[in-house]
Amino acid sequence: MKSNQNTLFQGDQMTEALKQSFIKLNPRILFRNPVMFTVEIGTFVMLIVSIYSFANKSQGSFAYNFTVFIVLLLTVLFANFAEAIAEARGKAQAESLRKTREETPARLLVNGKEERVMSSQLKKGDVFICETGDNIPTDGEIIEGIATIDESAITGESAPVIRESGGDKSSVTGGTKVLSDRIKVMVTTQPGESFLDKMIALVEGASRQKTPNEIALTILLAGFTLIFVIVCVTLKPFGDYANTPITIAAFISLFVCLIPTTIGGLLSAIGIAGMDRALRANVITKSGKAVETAGDLDTLLLDKTGTITIGNRKATNFYPANGIKQEDFVTTCVLSSLADETPEGKSIVELAGEDKTVPSVKAPKDSVFIKFTAETRSSGLDTPDGLRIRKGAFDSIRNIALKAGHSFPTEVEDNVKKISSNGGTPLVVSQNEQILGVIELQDIIKPGIAERFERLRKMGVKTVMVTGDNPLTAKFIAEKAGVDDFIAEAKPEDKMNYIKAEQQGGKLVAMMGDGTNDAPALAQADVGVAMNSGTQAAKEAGNMVDLDNDPTKLIEIVEIGKQLLMTRGTLTTFSIANDVAKYFAIVPALFMVSIPSLRALNIMDLHSPESAILSAVIFNAIIIPMLIPLALRGVEYKPIGASALLRRNLLIYGLGGVLIPFIGIKLIDLAVGVFL
Amino acid sequence: MNTEISGVIFTYLLTLALAIPLGRYIARVFKGEKTWLDFMAPLERFIFRFSGIDTKKEMNWKQHLFALLTINSVWLIYAFVCLMAQGHLPLNPDANPGQSPDTAFNTAISFLVNCNLQHYSGESGATYFTQHFVFMFLHFVSAATGIAALIVVFRALKDKITDKLGNFWDYFVKSITRILLPISFVIAVIFAFNGMTTSYAGKDTFISMQGDTVHVSRGPVAALVAIKHLGTNGGGWFGANSAHPIENPNYLTNTTELVAQCLIPIALVFALGFYLNKKKFSYVIFGVMTVGMLMFMIPTINAELHGNPAIAKMGVIQPTGAMEGKEVRFGPANSAYWSVMTTIISTGSVNSMHDSAMPMSGTMMLMGMMVNCFYGGCGVGILNFYIFIIIAVFISGLMVGRTPEFFGRKIEAREMKIASLIALLHPFIILVGAAISSYVIVHMPGADWAVKPSTWLNNPGNHGFAEMLYEYTSSAANNGSGFEGLGDGNIFWNVTTGIVMVLGRFLPIIGPLAIAGLLANKKFIPESAGTLKSDTSTFGIMIFAVIMIIAALSFFPALALGPIAEHFSLK
Repeated sequence: MKSNQNTLFQGDQMTEALKQSFIKLNPRILFRNPVMFTVEIGTFVMLIVSIYSFANKSQGSFAYNFTVFIVLLLTVLFANFAEAIAEARGKAQAESLRKTREETPARLLVNGKEERVMSSQLKKGDVFICETGDNIPTDGEIIEGIATIDESAITGESAPVIRESGGDKSSVTGGTKVLSDRIKVMVTTQPGESFLDKMIALVEGASRQKTPNEIALTILLAGFTLIFVIVCVTLKPFGDYANTPITIAAFISLFVCLIPTTIGGLLSAIGIAGMDRALRANVITKSGKAVETAGDLDTLLLDKTGTITIGNRKATNFYPANGIKQEDFVTTCVLSSLADETPEGKSIVELAGEDKTVPSVKAPKDSVFIKFTAETRSSGLDTPDGLRIRKGAFDSIRNIALKAGHSFPTEVEDNVKKISSNGGTPLVVSQNEQILGVIELQDIIKPGIAERFERLRKMGVKTVMVTGDNPLTAKFIAEKAGVDDFIAEAKPEDKMNYIKAEQQGGKLVAMMGDGTNDAPALAQADVGVAMNSGTQAAKEAGNMVDLDNDPTKLIEIVEIGKQLLMTRGTLTTFSIANDVAKYFAIVPALFMVSIPSLRALNIMDLHSPESAILSAVIFNAIIIPMLIPLALRGVEYKPIGASALLRRNLLIYGLGGVLIPFIGIKLIDLAVGVFL
Repeated sequence: MNTEISGVIFTYLLTLALAIPLGRYIARVFKGEKTWLDFMAPLERFIFRFSGIDTKKEMNWKQHLFALLTINSVWLIYAFVCLMAQGHLPLNPDANPGQSPDTAFNTAISFLVNCNLQHYSGESGATYFTQHFVFMFLHFVSAATGIAALIVVFRALKDKITDKLGNFWDYFVKSITRILLPISFVIAVIFAFNGMTTSYAGKDTFISMQGDTVHVSRGPVAALVAIKHLGTNGGGWFGANSAHPIENPNYLTNTTELVAQCLIPIALVFALGFYLNKKKFSYVIFGVMTVGMLMFMIPTINAELHGNPAIAKMGVIQPTGAMEGKEVRFGPANSAYWSVMTTIISTGSVNSMHDSAMPMSGTMMLMGMMVNCFYGGCGVGILNFYIFIIIAVFISGLMVGRTPEFFGRKIEAREMKIASLIALLHPFIILVGAAISSYVIVHMPGADWAVKPSTWLNNPGNHGFAEMLYEYTSSAANNGSGFEGLGDGNIFWNVTTGIVMVLGRFLPIIGPLAIAGLLANKKFIPESAGTLKSDTSTFGIMIFAVIMIIAALSFFPALALGPIAEHFSLK
């Protein structure tokens, strides 16, 4: 899958796209694109004129008219090709995902008995069984059991994940593989109605709807087209008045050159390519509109854990109390954590291992491990030789010490305060009810995340961290990671309220979530990205599904949305700016025979009226395939501020759009002149 | 420096010096703040009470348009009837007859829509009654209509999420009592003391040195000429408009008329900044408009000062420049300045014969009217500009990767539909009009009409085409000036230009009002770093490019066949 990302055109896709270019000539299909539809009408007229000119030379030679016809036909074909190649690429991408969930045998449970059926026969509500080594035939929810599952086929992530019935981790995806244990799964989607199926239909055009912004742009382009209909139609009586006969070929060429065919031809390709780029980022979008909205986002809600910080807290420092040797303290800490399976406990052992001065220790035989409970808020180890080691929250350990008549050392208390105010979590350690010192646990902020937030800030997107931590810790991490705001001690409804408040202020909000309790907020958000590992409810509620379960994906989605709009805008500008040069090619060509003074307008010094007109239409046609790569890849987004970006794009696509056709038409004219 | 050029620059600077404080004043008036003209309040209250208007009742955009269109229809019928019946009405010392139905149709529309295309001569085609109670009246109310419509758009831009956009009658009446009436009064006094007649007596006669008896028309001219310019109307008392020695006796009156016609359009741009508290945005608009003005102005003054190459070829030296059709007391530079200002601003009064101007100047004047928003008419100039802003915002919003928004409101399909239609309308009515007239001339020259189409044009060829194009452009832009070589005083021209004028007036008012009203009702999006700021020079360049491309692209072939061909054939 990764290997196709760099080549834009692949052999089989090309053949399919070429075939589609002709199929799309069907006026009923082309009617959806008003700009290209008018070109098709012009092409048809030129076909008739070509046939007519076979017998009658009043409209110019057959060769000339026929050439114009061919060039116009190519213009339409090029535009169709652009759309077809975008579709083919999107489809190929989606198909390669779908392949992973192709026909696999499924063990369907019917009345408690197992039956072997093909995965395509599974219906919503069916229950099937998967055991070690089985491929999961289709999307579903575990109703019984727990299993480790290899999801690398979908996510590319090799580490297996645990899925179990009940709760937020009950969803399984078709095409993934069960590595251990046995699960009972209920099918959640009808065949052909999975998100991937919907996405493929979206790309294929069957259910592709124009986005609001695409509609608005189409209206503007239709407006431009109408202006040029008026310009060309009224030119007939003007020409009659000036005793200047204008051939039909010249009229149609002028018209086709002036209407914004470049953007008109590439518009749908740009939209499909946007969805395709999202898919390449392993995000399934449920509508084109969602991608577009992503470009406008003002606020991103991000979960702290997993997005901003790496999973869980880690031990970063040991602070012994006065009179306790560092070595002894660390050894005690390790002892207390050896049997501790929590990530925090493991990280303590890990940190101690980095310190070479500390000898490695083993828990004495018959030691009793005391598990953490919400009541004691501490855990620890009782050794056979009577050592009682405890580690836990500051107040619980202090209570233990005070109860036993020991004091709580002030320097330890200072350290505890220092750690808390730095956003860390202090773990106080005691031995036989005497305080030995404190371990500092810290959230580790993902490397590079601060830069990504900075980039978002430059795009005008506000980032909000959502965390269950207390406000003090949350504030510290928020500052360190560079997020603009945070919701501390967050409950699910807090997210919802925050989103609503932001939306009240007119902002567009995105959030990512996986749990069923996230579903209302996902639905409320303008862009809700559900993780593929999330529950079915979450996936239904959001308008995108991230196959990678990567919470930082939102950032990429924003850029894809922006690229999509920018590509439309810049190509529109380019297309319209082109008209200046085309005018200077065609207008003198129309009039200079009968009004010699207008020869002065032939600033490109084109060979003859015929070659000028041909050069203009040829340029107009070939610019479309030349811009297909840009349309598919998208114009690069740079977070340099809106005005600077406008200046840059105006210079490249506006000024460039004025100048390039002057050069292009002149070059084509030099080539065409050889044949005339 | 050449004194002629200094005079032009001085006139412009004087306009600016007056327009900025006037802009601040206009903003205060419509914000309802205290002004020194508050003594007019009792008069306004009387008008409102008399008409049963409650100015506290705020209107939405549809109600505004309903009020505007209704009152305009009433005026249209009133004007039409008066013009037809003027022969039987009082104040007609010269015993001028009533206008024919088609002339009355054209004239009534023309004055109603602030165009003042005059297919009659004031000396014989109007009476003191119609000059006063039709023309002068419409001069005031048409200008006030434009200003009131603009204030509705101001309100829509200012308030967040609302459909309450103030009261139309309040805006309309205050435009007259607080702005048009007081300033016109001052200007009229200046005119009256500088030789413009203010008499109700009929024609005067004298015997010339050759012994001929000459009849000189007169009337209360000064009052009409004041509002004619201040309201960017342009409909003169006499047929020769401000080239007539009684309508524009000297350089001082000429300067006053020039300042008066540019005053309110420029002041309104600054008023926008003061009203919305977005001064930088108004400077950007002013900058774009001024650059556009200079782009038309410099080639025109240059062409006129250099004289006519065709005359130069005959060996005649033209030390003062091209003098054909110009008044010696104003000279070519000043006349060129007037010609460009009167065309970009949609006044349409003239102090020289535009038909005689150099083809380059003709091109510039035509383009001024084709763009029709570099300052533009009273109120409507900014309304036209607003459409281009919407299109520019849309395209540039896309270019920076964000759904386009203007002042915090998203621009979507509905607004684009209206903006595209209005942008389309101007080329449509101009080109179709010129196409029909060209068709008639070519294919039915001998049609059995009162005036045969073959006799319409005094100048065939490119210049004749330019005359027809100018007539429709002037009508569509509600300008009213003419390339007067055209025989336009007949039913064909009266009817076709009448229709063009109505479309060219009301649709470009309805469109921006509808867009502004729709936007005002939308969710307000606060600005962020990703928002494209509309008060930057970059955005100014974008608006300018959109304006020039739409105007240049739609009219280039027509211009090429008219004045551009003429220009190159002179070389």
